[in-house]
Amino acid sequence: MDRTRVVIIGAGIIGAACARELALAGFDVLVLDRAGAAAATTSHGEGNILVSDKGPGPELELAQLSRRLWPEVLAALTERTSPEEVDAVEWDPKGGIVVATTAGGAEALLPFAAAQRAAGVRAEAMDSDALTSAEPFLTERRTAAVHYPDDAQVQPAGAATALLADALRAGARLRTGREVLGGVTRGSRLTAVRTADGQVEADVFVNAAGPWSGEVARRLGVPLDIRPRRGEVLVTTPLPPTVFHKVYDADYVGAVGSGAGDLQTSAVVESTRAGTVLLGSSRRRVGFDDRTRPEVLSAIAAKALKLFPSLAGVHVMRAYGGFRPYVPDHLPVIGADPRLPGLWHATGHEGAGIGLSVGTARLVRELLTGTAPAIDASPFRVDRPAVLGGPPTVTEAPNSPPHTAPTTEEGP
Amino acid sequence: MTGRHVVVVGAGPAGLAAADAALAAGAEVTLIDSAERPGGQYHRMLPEAYEATDPGALQHGYRSFDRRSRRVLGHPRCSWWAESSVWALERRDSADDGPPLVHVLRGTPRRRHVLEPDALVLAVGAHDRVLPFPGWDLPGVYTAGAAQALAKGERVVVGDRVVVAGTGPFLLPVATSLLEAGSRVLAVVEAAGPAAVARGWLRRPWELTSQLGKSGELLSYTARLGRHRVPYRMGRAVVEARGDGRVEEIVTARVRADWSVVPGSEHVTAVDALCVGHGFTPQLELPVAAGCDLRPAAGGSAAGSPADVFVSVDDDQRTSRPGVYAAGEITGVAGAPAARAEGAVAGWIAAGGDRGARALVTLGRSRDQGRAFAARLALAHPVGRAWPGWLRPDTVICRCEETTYAAVCRSAADPTRTEPQVAKLATRAGLGPCQARVCGPTVAELRRSTDQGAGPHHRPVAEPIRLGELARPPEPPPGRATPATPATPSTPTDSPAEESTS
Ligand SMILES: Cc1cc2nc3c(=O)[nH]c(=O)nc-3n(C[C@H](O)[C@H](O)[C@H](O)COP(=O)(O)OP(=O)(O)OC[C@H]3O[C@@H](n4cnc5c(N)ncnc54)[C@H](O)[C@@H]3O)c2cc1C
Ligand SMILES: Cc1cc2nc3c(=O)[nH]c(=O)nc-3n(C[C@H](O)[C@H](O)[C@H](O)COP(=O)(O)OP(=O)(O)OC[C@H]3O[C@@H](n4cnc5c(N)ncnc54)[C@H](O)[C@@H]3O)c2cc1C
Repeated sequence: MDRTRVVIIGAGIIGAACARELALAGFDVLVLDRAGAAAATTSHGEGNILVSDKGPGPELELAQLSRRLWPEVLAALTERTSPEEVDAVEWDPKGGIVVATTAGGAEALLPFAAAQRAAGVRAEAMDSDALTSAEPFLTERRTAAVHYPDDAQVQPAGAATALLADALRAGARLRTGREVLGGVTRGSRLTAVRTADGQVEADVFVNAAGPWSGEVARRLGVPLDIRPRRGEVLVTTPLPPTVFHKVYDADYVGAVGSGAGDLQTSAVVESTRAGTVLLGSSRRRVGFDDRTRPEVLSAIAAKALKLFPSLAGVHVMRAYGGFRPYVPDHLPVIGADPRLPGLWHATGHEGAGIGLSVGTARLVRELLTGTAPAIDASPFRVDRPAVLGGPPTVTEAPNSPPHTAPTTEEGP
Repeated sequence: MTGRHVVVVGAGPAGLAAADAALAAGAEVTLIDSAERPGGQYHRMLPEAYEATDPGALQHGYRSFDRRSRRVLGHPRCSWWAESSVWALERRDSADDGPPLVHVLRGTPRRRHVLEPDALVLAVGAHDRVLPFPGWDLPGVYTAGAAQALAKGERVVVGDRVVVAGTGPFLLPVATSLLEAGSRVLAVVEAAGPAAVARGWLRRPWELTSQLGKSGELLSYTARLGRHRVPYRMGRAVVEARGDGRVEEIVTARVRADWSVVPGSEHVTAVDALCVGHGFTPQLELPVAAGCDLRPAAGGSAAGSPADVFVSVDDDQRTSRPGVYAAGEITGVAGAPAARAEGAVAGWIAAGGDRGARALVTLGRSRDQGRAFAARLALAHPVGRAWPGWLRPDTVICRCEETTYAAVCRSAADPTRTEPQVAKLATRAGLGPCQARVCGPTVAELRRSTDQGAGPHHRPVAEPIRLGELARPPEPPPGRATPATPATPSTPTDSPAEESTS
């Protein structure tokens, strides 16, 4: 038994997944969160677990690892807890369909899918008839479609609390309402974090503070370039079954590498168990400005209607949004911080943190115990230029230069 | 001062008075209400039907309301947007840039417009609150407000053997309306005990009468109930409704000051309808969207229930946000005359009216009386903290999602679900079409939350909007009526109680 003391900063889905892995591995785990568990980004996004939106590369590998782990994690949960708790995860491996609606979109989608297939992703081109029987309400104006049977979904807050509850059963402790204000170093090593209720000592500190990870790192004395990227989602009133898979607009594929404007939206349409349909989502760089802009909601609605014109009469009853934690090179940050021994990071998952949480936690455990990692973890290392470039402040200026956005998000 | 564009949301007693005063001050006014006609909660009735059966004091109130609404709606500087919903308020980058943009769905078919007012008056009112109890979801159980609307507006007889129960003086007009519509009212059951009611009301009873109408509206209700020999039972509560597919009988019980049931005091009554109301919940999503600060109810329950919050305003009805004013029940529940007084102050000041206007003094006084009344109301009819004692594990708490009391308790005890949003996703209570407007305060109390913040009222989409409506860009608002010559300000109407006095 390794009784290394680990403090995890942040009880979002990343912190919860790490707490679980490490507690099961025998670490002495304490989770600190300034609010309540899963209260921040994790309960303000969607729960897509996707392989479809990632081109070959390290993020796809992490997604594939995570996709393999999810059913294992749920099976383990089923043995240890009540059916309701597993049920609350709302795991649904319903598969995704990416639909192109323009000639350009089709030209980009098919080679993209071919490259994914070469990397081991199941991606099957669909003809129009197959598409009609899979999604009868889909627009007639489509030029190509690819089925990704391995795309799945969860209810993100339910998934995070289930992971966290499992961690607690395995001996981890949770302290909510504890904000990390600063660090205490001995020699060059981080030995404690400061909170309003006193210091908390440990051997290892894992920064899993989502979009606030940059701020937490700064408080601990090291810059880390994690930025917030606002996203909004629309929720309809409950409907009879209308959308059967996760359906996304493929037009992004051709747009990869183009300069990202201030507002981007891409259609992700999915139904939930309650019968509501979730329509995502937008991407804006507005710092931590949490205003929900009607014109952004309007853009999301317009994109969704391009895929499902027959939803025009359906009511939106709610909209919500959150801040994706992103790194300028769009890869998560996982591993030890070479600048400050004792500090680790597990953050920067942008629009894919729900899906990537279990793979991330596995890597953290393997790196921490010195086991050979399941996939090459070096692309996620902390000391890479995009991460250490750290902006001086957490909120970026509204007119910061646009950067290109390869899609690493929850949906294309 | 003239030519300011004042947008008033809500055309109940408060909003109508605000529009009237803003017009008097010389502003251009856009008055918006989702209903077909002005009047709000208070005048939600078919006047013809009303006049036919009751040519008494209330009808006079109606006539004076009617006068005001004609004056406002027919005013050349007023645009009346009926059947129009404000579905979002959009705060500007800086509060100095002015009040939020007002996003409206107007008329049928609904068109999307965006207004950019110089001042915004929010007068969106409250809806009545109902605490759950076993059987409250049976057909035949109505909220007091719904029952009154049915009785007054549509002349529907909700039942032949009806009990009106809950707490607060507004149960009396409800019972009266039911009688008038032809129902037999077996009793009015008031949970507050005689001592609390006396403490709230009897110390300075004139405040009560002045607020509920100078012509003695409340007394006339009481008199009418007396005429029909309807008993008013204090210190009792309906703790259960039973029936096979429909309410057939109810259990009432004696309750202590905290609304815990006195064992052995249960009594079964056969009924065919039950109307319940436990006070009001202000409609706070627009004020919250505008960024207005909230405050705990004046003299409200010391327990600090999250249900007891209102918009915080100063003596000029200004909220914490520049250019945003609030009036009526969203600032406190004090009855229609107080709502009118607040509305008149808000509209006059929002329009840039002279702060030295004499009428303001009268209005301010009457508004202050209203506030005192609201405080006493809260004192006399607090929601007792022990009401969850009525519940059973399988009692439905959220009717939209059929979440049970047991499920709410389970999540409240779970350390991983301390966050309301996370608990909501887990229990689904509040995720349905009513978006927690009904069960929100109940769930917050059951979770023993003391959060009186804006969180529970955060609904950026304040009214459902169709995807097709949302996807289309907004259309320019139809041309506002603009005066040929700058308007000369007159004075605000200084009689907030005009609708029930001569
Ligand atoms: C609109 C939208 C849609 C999305 N859709 C998807 C999707 O479909 N699929 C998907 O996989 N991902 C999706 N995401 C992304 C996903 O939600 C995030 O990647 C993920 O939730 C990040 O989790 P986290 O644990 O890193 O951060 P968070 O959930 O934000 O958790 C961080 C925690 O740290 C705490 N904290 C912060 N500062 C401190 C401090 N100083 N001291 C103590 N605690 C602190 C916070 O209170 C918080 O609880 C979406 C995001 C958005 C906004
Ligand atoms: C059952 C019952 C009995 C009562 N009896 C009495 C009594 O006897 N005496 C007395 O003095 N008071 C009584 N009252 C209280 C009285 O009705 C209120 O004090 C008064 O109506 C409050 O006025 P208001 O203008 O603040 O709100 P309301 O009258 O509620 O008006 C609010 C208006 O805003 C509109 N609105 C809300 N949201 C939007 C939106 N997003 N977009 C557009 N429009 C919107 C609504 O349609 C409504 O018309 C009673 C109330 C009830 C429910």
